[in-house]
Amino acid sequence: MLAMSTPISLELSINDDRVRASVPAHWTLLELLRYELGLTGTKQGCDKGDCGACTVLIDGKPQLSCLILAANAEGKKVQTIEGLQPAHRKAGGVGLDPVQDAFDRCGALQCGFCQSGMMLSARALLNENPTPDRTEIRQALSGNLCRCTGYTQIVQAVELAIAESTGAEPESPSWSDGNPWKSTTSLSGKNGGDA
Amino acid sequence: MLRLPQFTLERPTTIEEAIQLVADANGRGRFLAGGTDLIPNLKHEFIEADVVVALGGIEALRGIEVTAEGGLSIGPLTSLVDIAESADVQRIAPALAQAVGTIAGPQHRQMGTIGGNVMLDTRCQWINQSHFWRSSLGFCLKKDGSACHVVEGGKRCVAAASNDSAPALATLAATLDFQKAPTEYGNGKRTLAFDELFKADGAWNKKVSADELLTRIHIPATPVGHKGGYAKLRMRGSIDFPLLGVAARLDVDGEGVIEHADIVVIALQARPLRVRKASALLVGAKLGAASYDDALAAVMVAAYEQCHPLPNIPGDHEWRQEMVPIYVKRALAAAIA
Ligand SMILES: Cc1cc2nc3c(=O)[nH]c(=O)nc-3n(C[C@H](O)[C@H](O)[C@H](O)COP(=O)(O)OP(=O)(O)OC[C@H]3O[C@@H](n4cnc5c(N)ncnc54)[C@H](O)[C@@H]3O)c2cc1C
Ligand code: SF4
Ligand code: FES
Ligand code: FES
Repeated sequence: MLAMSTPISLELSINDDRVRASVPAHWTLLELLRYELGLTGTKQGCDKGDCGACTVLIDGKPQLSCLILAANAEGKKVQTIEGLQPAHRKAGGVGLDPVQDAFDRCGALQCGFCQSGMMLSARALLNENPTPDRTEIRQALSGNLCRCTGYTQIVQAVELAIAESTGAEPESPSWSDGNPWKSTTSLSGKNGGDA
Repeated sequence: MLRLPQFTLERPTTIEEAIQLVADANGRGRFLAGGTDLIPNLKHEFIEADVVVALGGIEALRGIEVTAEGGLSIGPLTSLVDIAESADVQRIAPALAQAVGTIAGPQHRQMGTIGGNVMLDTRCQWINQSHFWRSSLGFCLKKDGSACHVVEGGKRCVAAASNDSAPALATLAATLDFQKAPTEYGNGKRTLAFDELFKADGAWNKKVSADELLTRIHIPATPVGHKGGYAKLRMRGSIDFPLLGVAARLDVDGEGVIEHADIVVIALQARPLRVRKASALLVGAKLGAASYDDALAAVMVAAYEQCHPLPNIPGDHEWRQEMVPIYVKRALAAAIA
């Protein structure tokens, strides 16, 4: 007998919206997000737990949406990349979430496929520990693979977000002979621009 | 895209319901804990299930408790991160905390459970692949085929036990409570010594069947002079399964003389391997003294001779064997540190 997936009705919170959905039992949370709700910011990479591209925050913790059954996210608080800026604004912030802003300014991406997952892992880390050191940053991001950047700018972006949030002077990045972050909020000068 | 095949999902809240649901599926039911092993395997279609029984709603399966005797009683649904970060586990069973801290990456340790790790399926580079990939190569003994791609002419699957917690739990002499649906022959409950769990068949390397639910992990109290360590060979510092994993236990007296030693290795063949001849050489040696250095040198050679990695998982197997003494040394160093 071939088992048939019976649709399961569930209610969960996605980016602070209460969402009701009906999904087949064998759908993953990733499939619910992308193909039912149109939230395609969460990336489908390997689809088997190897890469971290599908990382979302569930009750604040980074988890892999390609390995979670949608039905098992019932009642959970899910945050996707689409919810990062709204959450920042709701908490009284302006502009982008500082992690997003720093990733943008540091050029912490090339193809961008890893970026949603990276930024969510970084956001979860900073929510728990606002001043992690480099080792802690690297550990927190160690479940997110990037095929392009070599990780240096990614770690620098997180360090920039930390430095700016604590008012400390951001460390000069290794690739710059001046300090492009000094008393400025956007890239300018020879390292910056639209390159 | 790697879609899951269809199944019926059950979400019981008690142990009794869960075991009955799997029993009723007549061999086509599976328990789902964190899903970090079962979901990829279902997607790869070398495990098939009509009924998936999610354990997440069963509170009785969670938690870490220190027993009156000073040991640990651990619920199988406890997350890997909670095990690795538990001060009680770090104190009473340091090798387990270290081993679990190396499992996969941060997201997997958040989702994955200790019970799922104990019950982890074996790994082989010829089976942990998509159905399409396997059909192109030709199926193997483990699922749908008649040949083994690792051992020519082999009649038994030699896929590698790859659960990092296993060698640590073996050195800690853990015991495991299992429960399945009661029948006219018995109440379905049994307790196994950790060493009794595994058998040398990579197709299913457990002596319990898939309808038996692991309900509790017990670790006896460890003596004051207990030291435990874990060392893991892997390609990258995160995410990767072990290419070799070594757990070491040393119980020393007040003078630093080793009274009991145990070394167990994983990621060789279908079951963890206790290198008894090697660890026996440590008994009587004194930490920090020349006797220890001499014993260590002998242990490294003995472990090398006892361990025979196969070309079942990635990493050249001869290289993995050359790494055995190094990782035995590192596991012992981690225990003493
Ligand atoms: C990219 C990647 C890397 C990984 N790296 C490692 C690694 O380095 N080391 C390592 O050890 N593992 C690794 N894993 C495997 C996995 O993440 C862990 O082993 C984890 O502990 C499995 O637990 P789970 O709760 O997710 O198990 P599940 O996937 O839910 O279950 C695994 C198996 O155990 C059975 N099961 C679960 N709970 C019970 C129970 N209470 N009683 C009876 N049977 C049960 C299931 O039916 C299934 O057969 C990796 C996985 C991925 C995807
Ligand atoms: S060891 Fe042989 S039978 Fe087992 S999974 Fe690998 S190729 Fe298949
Ligand atoms: S898509 Fe989920 S880990 Fe790669
Ligand atoms: S920017 Fe391409 S994967 Fe990271």
